[in-house]
Amino acid sequence: MSKFIFGIFSDEEKVMHSIAPLRAKGVVIKDVISPFPIHGMDHALGLARTRISICSFLYGMTGFGLAILMTWYMMISDWPMDIGGKPNWYFYQNVPAFIPVIFESTIFCAAHGMVITFYLRSKLLPGVTAYTPDVRMTDDKIIMKVEVTDAASEQSASALLREFGAEEVKEYGK
Amino acid sequence: MQHEALIREPLILGNKTIHDITEDICRPIESKPTKSWWFAFILSATCLLWWVVCVSYTVGIGLGAWGLNNVVDWGWDITNFVWWVGIGHAGTLISAVLLLFRQKWRLSINRASEAMTIFAVICAASFLLTHIGRPWLPYWLLPLPNQFGSLWVNFNSPLVWDTFAVSTYFTVSLVFWYTGLIPDFAAIRDRAKTPQRKFWYGLLSFGWVGTAKNWQRFEEVSLVLAGMSTPLVLSVHTIVSMDFATSIVPGWHTTIFPPYFVAGAIFSGFAMVQTLLIITRKVMKLEAYITTLHIDMMNRIIMITGSIVGIAYITEFFIAWYSGVEYESYAFINRATGPYWWAYWAMMSCNVISPQLFWSSKLRTNITFTFFMSIVVNIGMWFERFVIIVTSLHRAYIPAQWSMYHPTWVEAGIYLGSIGLFFTLFLLFTKFFPVIAMSELKTIVHSSSLQTHREMRKNENHH
Repeated sequence: MSKFIFGIFSDEEKVMHSIAPLRAKGVVIKDVISPFPIHGMDHALGLARTRISICSFLYGMTGFGLAILMTWYMMISDWPMDIGGKPNWYFYQNVPAFIPVIFESTIFCAAHGMVITFYLRSKLLPGVTAYTPDVRMTDDKIIMKVEVTDAASEQSASALLREFGAEEVKEYGK
Repeated sequence: MQHEALIREPLILGNKTIHDITEDICRPIESKPTKSWWFAFILSATCLLWWVVCVSYTVGIGLGAWGLNNVVDWGWDITNFVWWVGIGHAGTLISAVLLLFRQKWRLSINRASEAMTIFAVICAASFLLTHIGRPWLPYWLLPLPNQFGSLWVNFNSPLVWDTFAVSTYFTVSLVFWYTGLIPDFAAIRDRAKTPQRKFWYGLLSFGWVGTAKNWQRFEEVSLVLAGMSTPLVLSVHTIVSMDFATSIVPGWHTTIFPPYFVAGAIFSGFAMVQTLLIITRKVMKLEAYITTLHIDMMNRIIMITGSIVGIAYITEFFIAWYSGVEYESYAFINRATGPYWWAYWAMMSCNVISPQLFWSSKLRTNITFTFFMSIVVNIGMWFERFVIIVTSLHRAYIPAQWSMYHPTWVEAGIYLGSIGLFFTLFLLFTKFFPVIAMSELKTIVHSSSLQTHREMRKNENHH
């Protein structure tokens, strides 16, 4: 049976510096919930680097390819027209004119692909209910989520959290 | 912990704690709208209503309701389109470019200025869509397969580039703004005392919880969006400038246009941000967050970009003379001395002289002067677009075709109405959405606030 206790801190510096020593003392830190991003917290918690920017690059390359295909097909292959005598026999001859569209398409796909991936991966969708049992989670406190297995570990974890600067240690129902 | 040099002015004044930030920014959302809000809203909504009337009249009667003719086929419509798109660029610059340059002072102004961008682009799009003659066929701007043989759009044309650029710019700015709003909506949701507020902000916040992984992804997404928005800002107004630069019209066909337009856009955009924020900070009591330093910094940008615009003017004159092309020279002589000379001199005084006044730090930090100047700059930039478009078109290569352009009441009404549209949207934004990026601003309380600086100074003195 595992449950969670939450250490409530005011200072993000204290939280950052307490993660390693707490873990060394056997406290199982699952997460740190804060109302604002804390620089270096992901590294301190040992989180893997996010691959979302790689996704963005891949989506961008898709947009790039799609736009090239589109402009080639429409202006060179399907219905090339004599517009002011501009050369359109081969794609490379007309490509300077296509650069704005290709660029915009790259950015469009990269940005929207990335944001949609972000929302889906983080399960951010309209209608999702958030688990924020304490209003201070999104106000001004940094909350360290610790996993405990029995009363003894709960006691020691509680004590350690307070030692390292937690103002309160709470338990929230499910 | 990032330690700030004490020589820097604090970015948050007034002994504000993190909780204070939440309170100060959520309070206007949680209280009833004030009398001044209602007054401004009713005024803007009336203008918006007038916009609906004038646009309906245009769509019903046709473009003959406007003052355009065979020679001057772009008048107030495109002037206003470029004016609004230009204004929109400041918001993206503040959020994206200042993020890349690690300028922490952007944090209290980026939310409102991004909102300004979105509303400005909506206004610009309204001009684009109403001026196309058959506005019930807007999808013809897109490369969709059709039964005309599949007649595709002309990708050689900057008007098509505009379609792609402005729609990409609008949608990307929208998601950038919205993604940043999610943690703030979560804060309002958690504080909500009424069931409606809990429901609506719960819906808008997408179930956000500030776990470390979520913040990690959030920060990465913000950084990548900023990195993409920067070239987007530069490319969009470059493409808009190419609506003119790729033509052969004298006064338009010049390679200075892309950097000139981009600098001009940032110039007018920051002026609009100043106009909005000076009022907002006073009315919503946010002077501790949007400080004189922020006003000063924005004025510096206005000064720099205004000077770039001035240099672009000089370049235009020089090349018009140096090239020996008599049509180009005449275009400029006509601007200064022809029938629209008053518009030209209004433009020159507002755009060239005014930003130079901001060399003085006393004037840069004077709120009343800044407010007055921000209006002057926007008027000057409107005249700039008017002068470029109308004076070049009305007297081009063939004197037998020279005409005059006079806007009709319908065009004036649509312009006034677009200002109403903009302010209506902005007022709704200030009522229902957090005007300052709460969660981002909280990150600098422990490094850049007044009380932190005081403590650091005390510690310094003890050494």
